[in-house]
Amino acid sequence: MLRRASDRRRRGAVAVSWCMSSILRRYALGHNLDKLPEIDKSYGMSKKDLSGDPAIEARGLVKVYGESRALDGIDLTIQRGQVFGFLGPNGAGKTTTIRILATLTRPDGGTARVLGHDVLTETNAIRARVAVTGQFASLDEDLTGYENLLILGRLHGLSRAASRTRADDLLAAFDLTGSAGRAVGGYSGGMRRRLDIGASLIVTPDLLFLDEPTTGLDPRSRNQVWELVRRIAKAGTTVLLTTQYLEEADQLAEQIAVIDNGRIVAEGTSAQLKARVGTGTLQIRLLDSEQRPQALQILAGLLEGTVRLADDPLSLSMLLATPPDATDVGRLVGRAATQLADAGVGIADLSLGQPSLDEAFLALTGHRSGPAATHDHEDLSA
Amino acid sequence: MSTPATSTRPAAAEADPIDALLAAGRTRRRAGALVASATFGRRAMLKIKHDPKQLVDSAAIPILFTVLFTYLFGGAVSGSTGDYLKMLLPGVLCMSIAIVTMYGGARLAQDVQSGAFDRFRGLPIWRGAFVVGGLLSDAARYLFASAIVVVLGLVMGYRPAGGAPGVIAAVALVIAFGLSLSLLWAAVALVIHDPAVVLSIANAVLIPLSFASNIFVTPATMPRWLRDFVDVNPLSHVATASRDLMNSTGGTGGAVAWSLIATGVVTLVCAPITLHLYSKQG
Repeated sequence: MLRRASDRRRRGAVAVSWCMSSILRRYALGHNLDKLPEIDKSYGMSKKDLSGDPAIEARGLVKVYGESRALDGIDLTIQRGQVFGFLGPNGAGKTTTIRILATLTRPDGGTARVLGHDVLTETNAIRARVAVTGQFASLDEDLTGYENLLILGRLHGLSRAASRTRADDLLAAFDLTGSAGRAVGGYSGGMRRRLDIGASLIVTPDLLFLDEPTTGLDPRSRNQVWELVRRIAKAGTTVLLTTQYLEEADQLAEQIAVIDNGRIVAEGTSAQLKARVGTGTLQIRLLDSEQRPQALQILAGLLEGTVRLADDPLSLSMLLATPPDATDVGRLVGRAATQLADAGVGIADLSLGQPSLDEAFLALTGHRSGPAATHDHEDLSA
Repeated sequence: MSTPATSTRPAAAEADPIDALLAAGRTRRRAGALVASATFGRRAMLKIKHDPKQLVDSAAIPILFTVLFTYLFGGAVSGSTGDYLKMLLPGVLCMSIAIVTMYGGARLAQDVQSGAFDRFRGLPIWRGAFVVGGLLSDAARYLFASAIVVVLGLVMGYRPAGGAPGVIAAVALVIAFGLSLSLLWAAVALVIHDPAVVLSIANAVLIPLSFASNIFVTPATMPRWLRDFVDVNPLSHVATASRDLMNSTGGTGGAVAWSLIATGVVTLVCAPITLHLYSKQG
């Protein structure tokens, strides 16, 4: 129906060779990435147009569902060509914001302009230039990957022939040629996400919304998606991605907004946010849970920062405030270990690491704050 | 995936395929309303192709109703199944199609739930295309269900005096009425978003409409209040019109006109509501 049988056989042969080359290529790619000392997040500054209209400009967005305020006054400015990370827990308002900006949901208050067009009155102008991927704008599970792309191609105004060519090209570029004829319902999470992103590139969008692009993916698939996002951004498309992972925002986004309970609680570059959260976290696991109050007291008296008690009765962690220089961290940690030992507190495990997402949220949103004082909310970019 | 032995594609030498894709996808053209509608119709057909079980409801209901009611009531109502078929078959055609309409609403609710609906809604296409495409595929399903009823009737001994033209006209009329009901269930689905609830609501409307009609028996023996309801029930008019057309009773005109009016009214009321609900930004 969609293609001739001979066509199909030919594709089968191509598919096998593609699988092979893709595995090789992926290996090579991963290898190269490992060597990169730092990720370039400028995505080709030349393509950016910082002087013109911002890609997204939202003021005071409010959305109310029944009793709850899903969005409680969101202000956003996203420059063209930027990769902007929207970081927050489930239910914080990330998806609602994207839905409003993609003209799928009407805000109850506030205004938003996307690529210079009003989200309420110029929906078609926006829809022609943005693409949405993610949980809430899904593909047809019972159709094949090829059919999904074909249908979307036709709906984007491509001719029959152009839709077929584009579908083939997209499947090839996203290493999905071998699965082109299979129902999407049988795809793995990584394949589905690649197809989803591929489907959003049928016509290259000026602005791409990625709703939690790597949630539930294994590390290898996640790296593939990250690489895709970087490619897309480099070609000049503005990307707004939502994520629950600090690391993801850190890897991809030039500018990050942390959202919680429908409000933006912090905004800045990842470096600014990290400085805000602290240089690191001291994780301590005790041998005896009875000694935790004692350990808490020692740490709180010794180090500047916020001590938190974990759900695990043996563990506690301390978010360290930014010290003047890195050597101080070691000195402080050393002193903590010594004092704990002197007080007879048995330690099973002691480590110093980057703050986890959970800790970053705790620091930035003030949720579940520990015994010590938490930071005030403020805009870091200001 | 197979184990790679050799790579036949000189991938390393080429520019990244994603970059090439992005560069090639810069031209924008808006899909026309017709193309978009046809594409949604095609999507529904592809879904049937992949999951033919979808057609079971469109097939089982006509078969069940035609066979069951013919032998259940035939002897009692008309003395023989042969005579009863003359009255029943056009009516069962209406009832079968009316019942089958509700599955279209359930499928739309399913699309809303899964998020496929939002993906399409975010495209720069005519807002009616999704609904019209759904109607196109519904029409194909109704045609399929109608064919089953007619063929079964012929097998069981029904000989329509109206001949092929009468049967075709009746089927066309019933499908048109069915499509107006489709629009109604589409509107319900866009409010309710839950396939099971949409089916319950449609059932609660369609079952009483089907039985409190002139499909199975003539209203002559019914109490006054029920007869009044049967007389205004649009399904009665569609059933009468189908009988007139298929049996070539000569009484054609009144019932057909009433059926077309009912179809028109339901469509005129439901189409704008459905379109509004479709394009409403939640």
